[in-house]
Amino acid sequence: MIDQFGRAGFLLVFAVIFPLIPIVASVALGLFKIRPSKPDPIKDSIYECGMVPIGDAQVRYNVRYYVFGLLFVVFDVEAVFLYPWAVAYVGLGVYAFFEALIFMAILFIGYAYAWRKGAMEWL
Amino acid sequence: MTMLLDLITGYWWDARDLSNMTRPLYEFLRDQGVSDAGIFVISALLGTLAIISFVGAVAIINIWVERRVVGRMQSRLGPNRLGPFGLLQPIADAIKLMQKEVLQPASAPGWIYTVAPIAFTVPGIAILAVIPWGRNMVLANLDVGLLYILGLSSLAVLSVFMAGYSSNNKYSLFGAMRVIAMLVSYEIPIVAGLLGIVLFAGSMNLQEIVLFQEEHWAFMIMLQPLAFLIYFFSISAELNRTPADIAEAESEIVGGYHTEYSGMKFGLFYAAELINAVAVSAIIATLFLGGWWTYKLDEFIPGWMLLIGKIYGVYFIFVWTRGTLPRFRIDQLLAFAWKWLTPMALINVIVVAAEVLLWNETGWSDWFWIPAIIAINTALCVGLIVFFVKVFAPKFQRFPTRPRFYPGIDVPSLPAVTPPDFARKGGPA
Repeated sequence: MIDQFGRAGFLLVFAVIFPLIPIVASVALGLFKIRPSKPDPIKDSIYECGMVPIGDAQVRYNVRYYVFGLLFVVFDVEAVFLYPWAVAYVGLGVYAFFEALIFMAILFIGYAYAWRKGAMEWL
Repeated sequence: MTMLLDLITGYWWDARDLSNMTRPLYEFLRDQGVSDAGIFVISALLGTLAIISFVGAVAIINIWVERRVVGRMQSRLGPNRLGPFGLLQPIADAIKLMQKEVLQPASAPGWIYTVAPIAFTVPGIAILAVIPWGRNMVLANLDVGLLYILGLSSLAVLSVFMAGYSSNNKYSLFGAMRVIAMLVSYEIPIVAGLLGIVLFAGSMNLQEIVLFQEEHWAFMIMLQPLAFLIYFFSISAELNRTPADIAEAESEIVGGYHTEYSGMKFGLFYAAELINAVAVSAIIATLFLGGWWTYKLDEFIPGWMLLIGKIYGVYFIFVWTRGTLPRFRIDQLLAFAWKWLTPMALINVIVVAAEVLLWNETGWSDWFWIPAIIAINTALCVGLIVFFVKVFAPKFQRFPTRPRFYPGIDVPSLPAVTPPDFARKGGPA
């Protein structure tokens, strides 16, 4: 099994090299003066539809993203539990089905609560 | 036909399985005294180079395919000047992007800005490692193949946020935050939808899933039509393609997270989107459409060619949705993920679990269970979709009296508007 991961690792290395080639080529063209490079303050400023940007963009952002992040974590942890269950399901028999049913029922209660509280509304 | 097959069966030029060509090479190398580790490295390099060249070809060809097909769908010509049918357009694009001046905002320094497009490209290529191209043609036959795919495809969130946050542009930040909210929401239906396939196949190995479809003589799309629809809609949101391209909605937030990118870095974002689309099409073709196996057809036509055909078939549907559908609003998109797709996917998992349980416990033959499961799941798919549309769709109002998505606000009805009498003969007055 570890050799299969090694093969995937080979592809991963090449997958990093693949996008590096055009970037390096672009830098090399700059070094050979084929690509123009004439910086000026207007060109190097941030695009904001012609306005001079006011303030920094790396600021605090809206709390509603946080609610969706929290919901995501809840359901993703559920998926982490369910994938091993699905792989081993055939050998486990009847009790695995009802176990998962109870698990899902608890999950659905939480889901209904989140829905009722308006956690899924984008306001 | 059998005579023709006899001519190639058992020889190295049997292209139905490319391992027939590499096996004599490895045996030759072993005779020359190359160690097992050396042969492992050579075989891994050969497979890797094959996949990388496929990716490179796809990134070049699909620029043309995408623009041309969308152009035709919208009654335009598409690129048609450079070369026959405009086939050289992608190369001209690449040269132009390569020699364009690099514009990096002075207030956005740092290496994260440069790393983001690279990090965006890597997962799409790395996913292809576990796709089986034939009975013996798979680069990495991982037992956790599906988990590997899910893990890598969720990395897109990070690279998009890197791009949006490091650009120091408000449009970029908006785009990145929208994408994260959307990707994170659509992750759940994807994960829960694919659970049904794992339940059927009893494995997360992609080769095993293809072999399951071969053994039971049925594509997974027949057994799992609902999971296919859920996966297709969710993944087209993950790809930022048009029904869900709020990340780079030109009319709202300029270019989204890649507003500040230009030159080859922008080109990488563009190419990575096409590579991701093909990688996702490959996943759909493998999981739902049988991969390299196509009933008896893969005995005559090489399975990897069939797989590429299926990949482009699925890719055409992606282009089709891009060419025809308008954009959703973000509240509609998130409500669709959380209120429609997630409960549907969870109900689907429970139904599939019950079916697999009965299938194993009763011990009746597959000839009964496979058609029964196909019938049940198709009925479930249609029934759930109709049910959700009937129950949750907002009521149609010709003259809306209040904002639809927040019932708490009371807006007085508009007295000036009187509905015209459409029923009268001769149309509206």
